[in-house]
Amino acid sequence: MKKIGKQTIKFDTPPTILECSSIVGPKEAQGPLAKYFDQTLEDEFWGEKSWEKAESKIIKEATNMVIAKSGISSQDIDCVFAGDLLNQCISSSFGLREINIPFFGVFGACSTFVESLSLGAIATESFAKHVLCATSSHFCSAEKQFRFPLELGNQRPPSSQWTVTGSGAAILSKDGNGPYITHITPGKIVDMGIKDGNNMGAAMAPAFSDTLITHFTDTGRSPSYYDAIISGDLGHIGKDIAIDIAKSKGYNIKSNYNDCRSSYF
Amino acid sequence: MDPLETKKGYQDYVDKKSPNSKILKNCFNAFWVGGLICTIGQVILNICKERGFDTQTSGTIVSILLIGISAFLTGLNLFNKIGKFAGAGSLIPITGFANSIVSPAMEYKSEGYVMGVGGKMFTVAGPVLVFGISASILVGIIFLIFNTQSVTLV
Repeated sequence: MKKIGKQTIKFDTPPTILECSSIVGPKEAQGPLAKYFDQTLEDEFWGEKSWEKAESKIIKEATNMVIAKSGISSQDIDCVFAGDLLNQCISSSFGLREINIPFFGVFGACSTFVESLSLGAIATESFAKHVLCATSSHFCSAEKQFRFPLELGNQRPPSSQWTVTGSGAAILSKDGNGPYITHITPGKIVDMGIKDGNNMGAAMAPAFSDTLITHFTDTGRSPSYYDAIISGDLGHIGKDIAIDIAKSKGYNIKSNYNDCRSSYF
Repeated sequence: MDPLETKKGYQDYVDKKSPNSKILKNCFNAFWVGGLICTIGQVILNICKERGFDTQTSGTIVSILLIGISAFLTGLNLFNKIGKFAGAGSLIPITGFANSIVSPAMEYKSEGYVMGVGGKMFTVAGPVLVFGISASILVGIIFLIFNTQSVTLV
């Protein structure tokens, strides 16, 4: 593992993403990606009494599923990096309390999953053989914590985004035949002063573009090197903005760039 | 310098890029739904008066009924649909105030009746109460100062 350029880490023995799993809620199940999820839920509660409990159950089942699919005993997993959107990362800490694996709570808001994978990959270069990475979010619990009650009769502006209900988990392994994590480029915080809480795509896009361009300069690659460039959570507006910013810096990412959020619903 | 690199330039660019709310359609929907709610209130008021209540009692009955209906519709998960359609039309009348208290009460029920329902019930309506009551006290004091002759304190 060594640092190249300004911000990028290059792995000597790139960790393999051994197995992954996903569980999503009813709205995601109607979206264009539906057939790729391992499990879809019929309602937001999943038999629990609160949305927070439901979210904990989702991440619990997603991690159980990935462990089962990988065929690795949970005792052989050295640590877990997981987080979610709620205060004190309660969904993941309650969801994973019975898993008996050393736990690193991670908070990176929309970037939590990639942050978990990055830290997990670094762990495989030092002490860990297998690392579990997971994250969850729940539309209802996020609205409750950050915005307004669901029953409140307010209007959502057209730029507002919809939090995914679901969880994703992955197991990284020191040995394996790929797909590999070969480089990571942790991004800086870039705040362009967007104050509209209903336009998160516009708030986040500059940071995404900055990280992406830093990655290109650090690795000496151009956008065309990649089959696909994917951002997590920018939405339709943020995606367009990211393309425009990259273009203004002389990078054309239009042909192979996509955003998870704009493909979810 | 690239306009996308300054905060001001970026904000202008984002404003142009982001879709605007459909103001004309929203205003129209707000107008007729708000009007309809007020008309229902007026109908109730007239019926009450016809039954022999005085104006003040009739007004109280209108408030009680509209609050009751709005709270009931919130419980049925219908009021948020009306609100999404009508915006300020259903928000500004007393119906919106009832909804703003019932919806957090429902939302936080899972956290218990005392700390959940009791503690969080006014998270949305709280500012309205604080500034409404403060303003009325302020107006009361001004009234007292400038109208000392005509006010009897007891």
